[in-house]
Amino acid sequence: MQSSTSLNEPGAESRRCETTGLSVCLGAQRFIKLNAVSAVVFLLLGGIAAILLALTRWQAIHLLPVDWFYRILTFHGLNMLIFWILFFEVAVLYFACTIPLNCKLFSKKVAWVSFAMMLVGAIMVDVIIMMGKADVMMTSYLPLLAHPVFYLGIILVAVGTLIGVYNYFATLYIAKRDKTYEGSVPLVTFGATAAAIIAVVTLLHGAIVMIPTFTFSMGWTPEPDPMWYRMIWWGLGHQSQQVNVCAMVAIWYLVAYLTTGAKPVNEAVCRTAFALYVLFINLASAHHLLVDPGVGAGWKIWNTSYAMYLAVLASMIHGFTLPASVEIAMREKGYVKGLFGWVTSAPWSNPAFSGVALSVLIFGFIGGITGVTLGTQQINIIAHNTLRITGHFHATVVGGTSLAFMALTYYVIPLIFRRDFIWRKLARLQPWMFAIGILFVSLGMSFAGSMGVARRSWDIESAGIYGPAAHLKLGIMGIGAILAFTGLLLFAVLCVGTLLFGQKTNGRAMADWGVAQPLGNAKPGSLIHDHWAMKGTVALTFVFLACFAVYYFANWKALADVWPVR
Amino acid sequence: MSIEIPQRDWYKAPAGAEKLWIGLALLWCFVMSVMMPYWHFYGKQNSQGEAYSVEPNAFFERTMTFAEANKVGDRDGIPIVEPAPGSDAYLAARMWFWYPILKLRKDETYRIHLSSMDLQHGFSLQPLNMNFQVMPGYDHVLTLTPTSTGEFTIVCNEFCGIGHDKMIGKIIVE
Repeated sequence: MQSSTSLNEPGAESRRCETTGLSVCLGAQRFIKLNAVSAVVFLLLGGIAAILLALTRWQAIHLLPVDWFYRILTFHGLNMLIFWILFFEVAVLYFACTIPLNCKLFSKKVAWVSFAMMLVGAIMVDVIIMMGKADVMMTSYLPLLAHPVFYLGIILVAVGTLIGVYNYFATLYIAKRDKTYEGSVPLVTFGATAAAIIAVVTLLHGAIVMIPTFTFSMGWTPEPDPMWYRMIWWGLGHQSQQVNVCAMVAIWYLVAYLTTGAKPVNEAVCRTAFALYVLFINLASAHHLLVDPGVGAGWKIWNTSYAMYLAVLASMIHGFTLPASVEIAMREKGYVKGLFGWVTSAPWSNPAFSGVALSVLIFGFIGGITGVTLGTQQINIIAHNTLRITGHFHATVVGGTSLAFMALTYYVIPLIFRRDFIWRKLARLQPWMFAIGILFVSLGMSFAGSMGVARRSWDIESAGIYGPAAHLKLGIMGIGAILAFTGLLLFAVLCVGTLLFGQKTNGRAMADWGVAQPLGNAKPGSLIHDHWAMKGTVALTFVFLACFAVYYFANWKALADVWPVR
Repeated sequence: MSIEIPQRDWYKAPAGAEKLWIGLALLWCFVMSVMMPYWHFYGKQNSQGEAYSVEPNAFFERTMTFAEANKVGDRDGIPIVEPAPGSDAYLAARMWFWYPILKLRKDETYRIHLSSMDLQHGFSLQPLNMNFQVMPGYDHVLTLTPTSTGEFTIVCNEFCGIGHDKMIGKIIVE
């Protein structure tokens, strides 16, 4: 007998959430749990690798021997950038297509296949790296060659994820077909759909590049061209970061709603911004090929900025609409004092709120500004493959995406696993520790990179040219890494500890982290038609634009000082 | 509310501060996209990606011929080679050294051919911090004009195996 699609009908495998009142699909819940737990395990593995690497590049400590440094670096990249992120994203997708749409998950079997393939693939990759058979970095640039199991594992993870994405789209389809909801999908589902669309394109690039590399490693086919490999690989490597951005922004909106009741000022603007991500991502991922041979200046300029940086515009729009929505919600609750009264009264002790707020700040001010600047065709000459690049993406992927994922977890565990967090005071501190640590990591790397220190290098002493200033910056990175790692470890202990020992919420709402409460002078809905009410956000975004312009043009000046080259 | 179905009439044109910000952001994106073509024509530092297909062995032979013809010295077994101003110079990258050491003159322009004999390498000229990708099979031509003198260090900044950090070369400018 076919069970019903809607979660409200009798016989549906669902439960009613005691906190939000929403219906929760039990099938989706199981796979949200499985994927989220796996994600945290890979995060912990990648984090242990991270601290070993930071303590090696901190030249005063120089912990790992050379072979283990490159091995652990390969391990770190894949576990953090691929496994932690992909498993968590699949969990987010299963949430976004079921609970907000009041729809059951399309297929548990498909979800099992997806999960099993991803897990087996990830374990294969980790084992073969640790055996020392794949010291090729995450990018595995040809002609470097790893053991075939390495490529096979990545293919399994990619195809497994694609199958999960298929389950997502199939759920959207049956929800629409069986009318489990009326009207347009919620914004979070819309953002998740943008992420899913980009994920399909991304993972197809992965398949196109990894399959011939795998067959080459087996000796069946000739070697693919290394430039071709770079171009297609970055179709996977760069676009997958755009998936992260979409998922992260969707989580920003979700947590802003959960903690302050914020609702988008203008749905059309937010949705258009998500659509811009889908349409104006660099298909060929030119950012990584800006100083490469074989692709000309016209190609580089066009592909790094096409259609006037409309994907950058999308992020700048979210960077306005998200704080604006929080500001409006806070002002309507009665926090009207001055320009920033709504900021100082925000629920900063709620780890989900502080995590997302810090994620927005680090992603925007550090990650975004450096990313666009370093991805400028000519400026890339003074940045390519230096630690400036690593400094940039630790601000986007770690300070931005990972921190947002952590922030959401403070709601995922009470709402989905139905246990209240242990050590709640420490949990309130965790996002701050992680964020401040990552900030130092990112700045230390960026400044060391500006002094010419290469990324992916075990030792800077052999060059004999880096003075105390470069060492100081690597030390700042190292101290930041210790703090960030402590924050990560605390996060993992909090999650695992809560899953094992957290108090069950049986039949009651989750313990409140502290959300913004209305004051006596609250006027709900009073600012709907006031399009200038977000004065604090206007001030913040103007500061942002000024920082962006200063950093951008300072880099052109630095470029003008080096030797002329064509 | 971001996890609830929006009202039917959710489509509204941006207004007020939001409209102002979208306009400003778009203007800034326009400035940034104009900067690159502008610099291409009026700036002096550009990466054209000029490249020719070449077999690694053929490239190494060219480099050897070039080095023998223009050799002016020797350091630790690597020849110091001074090409004529305006001429072609060859620099081969190999696990884990750069061959040869180039000696250039200030304010003269050279066509520097970069290619790898094995894996991918990174040409990172320090302390200027100028970086270019070096690929096997691709003869990557940089038309370079040194404008400062001294001894410059080439660091490899693309991972190329266990000796990667030891892959250090030199360019001398007089």
